[in-house]
Amino acid sequence: MATDSNYYVPEESRLPVLTAMSLGLMALGSGLWLNDGGSGVLLVGTAVLVSVMYIWFRTVIRENIAGMNSDQLKRSYVWGMSWFIFSEVMFFAVFFGALFYIRTLALPWLGGEGDKSDMIHLVWPEFTAQWPLMETPAQAAGSDEFVGPGQNLSFPGWDKLMGWLPLWNTIVLLTSSVTCHFAHHAMKHDDRKKFNIWLGVTVLLGFIFLVLQYEEYHHAYTEMGLTLESGIYGSTFFMLTGFHGFHVTMGTFMLLIQLIRGLKGHFSSDDQFGFEASSWYWHFVDVVWVGLFLFVYVLA
Amino acid sequence: MAHGPAKGIGRWLFATNHKDIGTMYLWFSFAMFILGGSFAMIIRAELFAPGMQLVKPEFFNQMTTMHGLVMVFGAIMPSFVGLANWMIPLQIGAPDMALPRMNNLSFWILPFGFALLASTLFMEGGAPNFGWTFYAPLSTTYAPDTVNFFIFGVHIIGASSIMGAINIIATVLNLRAPGMTMMKLPLFVWTWLITAFLLVAVMPVLAGVVTMMLMDINFGTSFFDAAGGGDPVLFQHIFWFFGHPEVYIIILPAFGVVSAIIPAFSRKPLFGYSSMVYATSAIAFLSFIVWAHHMFTTGMPIAGELYFMYATMLIAVPTGVKVFNWIATMFQGSLSFETPMLFAIAFVILFTFGGFTGLMLAVAPADIQYHDSYFVVGHFHYVMVAGAVFSMTAAVYYWLPKWSGRMYDETMGKVQFWVAFIGFNIAFIPQHFLGLAGMPRRYADYALQFTDWNMVSSIGAFMYGAAQLMFLYNVIRTIVAGEPTNVEKTWEGAEGLEWTVATPAPFHTFSTPPEVK
Amino acid sequence: MPQGVTGVSNDIYDLHMTVVWICVWISVVVYGVMFYSMFAHRKSKGYKAANFHESTTVELLWTILPVLILVWVAFPSTKSLIELYDTSEADIDIKVTGYQWKWQYEYLGEGVEFMSELTTSESSIYNESPKTEYYLTEVNEPLVLPIGKKIRFLLTAKDVIHAWWVPDLGVKRDAVPGFINETWAKIDEPGIYRGFCAELCGKGHAFMPVVVNAVTEDEYQKWLADKKVAAAAEREMAKQTFTLEQLMVKGEAAYNRSCAACHMANGEGIPGAFPGLKGSAIALGPVDKHLDSVVNGVSGTAMQAFGGQLSEVDLAAIITYERNAWGNDVGDMVQPLDVLKFKQGQ
Ligand code: HEA
Ligand code: HEA
Ligand code: CUA
Ligand SMILES: [Cu+2]
Repeated sequence: MATDSNYYVPEESRLPVLTAMSLGLMALGSGLWLNDGGSGVLLVGTAVLVSVMYIWFRTVIRENIAGMNSDQLKRSYVWGMSWFIFSEVMFFAVFFGALFYIRTLALPWLGGEGDKSDMIHLVWPEFTAQWPLMETPAQAAGSDEFVGPGQNLSFPGWDKLMGWLPLWNTIVLLTSSVTCHFAHHAMKHDDRKKFNIWLGVTVLLGFIFLVLQYEEYHHAYTEMGLTLESGIYGSTFFMLTGFHGFHVTMGTFMLLIQLIRGLKGHFSSDDQFGFEASSWYWHFVDVVWVGLFLFVYVLA
Repeated sequence: MAHGPAKGIGRWLFATNHKDIGTMYLWFSFAMFILGGSFAMIIRAELFAPGMQLVKPEFFNQMTTMHGLVMVFGAIMPSFVGLANWMIPLQIGAPDMALPRMNNLSFWILPFGFALLASTLFMEGGAPNFGWTFYAPLSTTYAPDTVNFFIFGVHIIGASSIMGAINIIATVLNLRAPGMTMMKLPLFVWTWLITAFLLVAVMPVLAGVVTMMLMDINFGTSFFDAAGGGDPVLFQHIFWFFGHPEVYIIILPAFGVVSAIIPAFSRKPLFGYSSMVYATSAIAFLSFIVWAHHMFTTGMPIAGELYFMYATMLIAVPTGVKVFNWIATMFQGSLSFETPMLFAIAFVILFTFGGFTGLMLAVAPADIQYHDSYFVVGHFHYVMVAGAVFSMTAAVYYWLPKWSGRMYDETMGKVQFWVAFIGFNIAFIPQHFLGLAGMPRRYADYALQFTDWNMVSSIGAFMYGAAQLMFLYNVIRTIVAGEPTNVEKTWEGAEGLEWTVATPAPFHTFSTPPEVK
Repeated sequence: MPQGVTGVSNDIYDLHMTVVWICVWISVVVYGVMFYSMFAHRKSKGYKAANFHESTTVELLWTILPVLILVWVAFPSTKSLIELYDTSEADIDIKVTGYQWKWQYEYLGEGVEFMSELTTSESSIYNESPKTEYYLTEVNEPLVLPIGKKIRFLLTAKDVIHAWWVPDLGVKRDAVPGFINETWAKIDEPGIYRGFCAELCGKGHAFMPVVVNAVTEDEYQKWLADKKVAAAAEREMAKQTFTLEQLMVKGEAAYNRSCAACHMANGEGIPGAFPGLKGSAIALGPVDKHLDSVVNGVSGTAMQAFGGQLSEVDLAAIITYERNAWGNDVGDMVQPLDVLKFKQGQ
């Protein structure tokens, strides 16, 4: 039934309701965990989710290989993935938006600049706005509620350029996007060997990025006194880079799966959606990083 | 794939059939409506007279919050998703939704999500008590510990909405029968397509803002705390960037339903189809750039106030186009007034009224007086109850025969309509007066000058509540004992593919797509 | 909507009326046409449906007309909004601080500040005693303002967001913790004007009314002078030492006013929301820790810093009370002077 005129409606399936249940467990579990009720439920939920997801994707792949997917269904998958990525874009937009609002409006107001009350000194007599925010209003008022970062990760100046991790991260990630594209190109010409090599390289680069990112965080926490708690700079910095890092992890994992599939001999020049979807995701993660590099690291 | 439904509970748990999933959505949302309504009844009973009679203020706040959350996320949104599941494939000649398994997932997340949300009522610290808009820092630093469950609940419910929306988009863009061009789509499909786009765009924003709350509460960030360089008002900007499109997510499908019913009972094609499509898109676009009209008293710089005032006023224009088109459709039609039509007409009348009060709120200086008063409560119940709920009721009466193969009882339908219509107005018109007289919203108790209108409002609310019980009765009675019918075209004037399939609609329809010329 | 007693409130009232009438007229037209066709074009009368379903001209017409109407509304709105935002050249500055659940008023430059709290009794709220005329709109001390002067309000809050609303003054502004919002009023007639807190701020949201007492210039000056004297006396009192009994009596009163809302009169708090003090580590622990959490609050929790809210006497009394009530039996006491020292010590 792989013709346009006859859409494939799958049989009843146990997978979705199990997934829903596992998500429910995870939500409940996370709450319990934070309200110190132990992490048991969370772990169980996650375990179930992972295994169900594994089976689910395996099923879909099998169906595809069995030729049950009409071109129309494949188009549905394409739409699905594209709109999912769009929703991810909006998710990151929130944190970028917050960053801009804080930098251009909130902080100046707190420092008595901008078109808001000039009497703000009634609340924060000592505070002056700056970015990156090294001294929080609380600090200026002599409280230790929020302590600004010791140092920040902004552009250190040309002399220190070479030792500046974010730069290397950028180079690594941009290259990975290119190699990913090469892999795609190779598969389009049924050149499986090249495909596997380029994809392998991409996965490796992704992994390297994560290592560097971990390095940066470690450095920030241990030596720079830059943590989630260090005022709004720490908050925005770790929120943005953290969520990005998480997405890179996902992306690398997805590409890894595709690599395994490639080695298994899946995909062909006209059918490679699994890989394409992952690669779109990868390019998206890449673009986000460019935004981060500009607005979190450079223009500060 | 010519197999019928599986037997027993498996049919529902493992469903991939758009009709079954639609049915589940509809029943789930009605259950939530009853729940949220019961909360509302507690609110109204407490407000019947000054002084605290039934509940304590802290519990009253939980009622208000849960009422808002359950009604918006549990009753209205799922109800229209259910309708979409049932009708969109039928209206575009598709065999099913584009991604049936994900469809099932989107549904089954909801019971878990709302079970989690409702369970907080019985936990130490109680349910969310910071309003359905959960402004920081009341919802962060000053919130009960249970707020974490609320946050994760919102996360998975949001995920459900996003998947549901993606599914609808994929279906409409990809599964249309040959010849069913975009400009031939029934308006219900159009409005849902645009709604789905809004959902995909703003649900992640909601997820983002609750995540920030989560970090502020548990991991020492300071997004919404000036002491660390953050700003509580930042929360409001992000929330309303989600929140305002959200209200159009609620109303656009309702527009679609009304645009289907009014022509049917006017026996006359919808007036200005294309202008309807453009108007809907315009509303969707504008909904992204007006959010801060909810924040006129937060002390925004005047430039912001002016911009958001003008932008908000503009929304009256495309919405007006829709209203005028509906009336032009009725004009010189051959009208008959069965229950669905009654609700549809009531929708036009009352929604327009709610729109007018909305426009008054949009006038920033005047909103200084209206804001957070019962006038606002009056406004949004006119657009959401008389808007969304009335059109949903109309939709059920309109399509129930097609779904169940049985006809509802016309007189009982009409009786329910009049009880609902009268009860509704008795309940919510007084709230405008209360607001103008100076009664703030979210008040567990009030000064004596507000007593009379509150009493009236409560009485109306109970009446309207009773109407909902009648509705429940009508629907169940129709399904079990209604007059059997098997005419494809239940309504003389009805148009659309859904009326070309057998009645009751078979388990599988359009396995081979119809030709649309 | 009240017409109010300020220029702004009057403008708002007129604006309100204009828009109402515009909406009324539009409804007359819209509903008119609708009811006409509902009456005239019904099937039961055998009316045959026409079949027109498009007309670009009318579409344009009913797009442009509303736009024009809206432009018409926009002008007066813009005008009064600008007026409403002009807080320049104020004669008097008053800092309004929202607390859960009371208002603090500070006359900047005058050294006068006080708390304004609801005086309606629990018993009348819970219907055990009758409700008086100003049920829920009566406070221990209203905000006293002179008429005919431009008064600038500087709003902020110490805990959550509140909103200071007095309909008759045409003033509503959010009090946002950590920020200052400005608004103003110039009152035309003397009188007592009552308002409310308009932003959900917790369980006491409905119980923190605003009462403004507008008086003539001389009455205002006189009142201000008296306040200054009283403030001085207050500071004097802080130098005395009290007996445990005195402190316990004062303490119970002050505790029930300022602390019982969360920690409950029986000191047991609300599980899951507010900690109890009965037998708590703080109340039984070292005095300084106890002083610290009361005077400076506990950051990241709902516990506010009461140092700026209460007099030394009340602080001392409350702490002493907490350490020796509900079976807590530390036995020691805290004198106003100790509090003063503690405050200066940091
Ligand atoms: C279904 C949901 C829905 C809909 C459709 C609307 C529609 C509108 N709403 Fe409403 N609104 C809410 C749900 C909705 N709202 C909710 C839930 C809140 C409260 C949230 C909270 O705080 O809890 C709210 C609050 C709210 C506020 C904030 C009030 C405050 O808190 O101070 C404002 C202010 O501008 C506003 C404005 C509008 C406007 C201008 C429209 C317009 O779209 C209306 C347009 C329609 C018409 C104008 C009528 C038809 C038009 C004509 C007949 C043409 C001719 C008319 C003219 C030229 C005037 N709404
Ligand atoms: C679409 C959403 C929706 C719907 C359908 C409703 C429906 C109703 N709402 Fe409300 N409401 C909101 C969305 C909605 N609401 C929101 C978003 C808020 C703001 C919350 C906040 O401030 O944070 C709000 C707030 C709100 C308030 C203000 C609370 C406050 O400020 O403290 C009130 C008060 O009267 C109210 C009343 C009602 C009533 C009487 C109904 C009725 O229509 C309900 C009718 C239904 C039933 C009654 C259920 C069916 C019958 C039974 C359960 C049997 C029992 C019946 C009897 C005993 C008669 N709602
Ligand atoms: Cu303070 Cu509401
Ligand atoms: Cu809005």
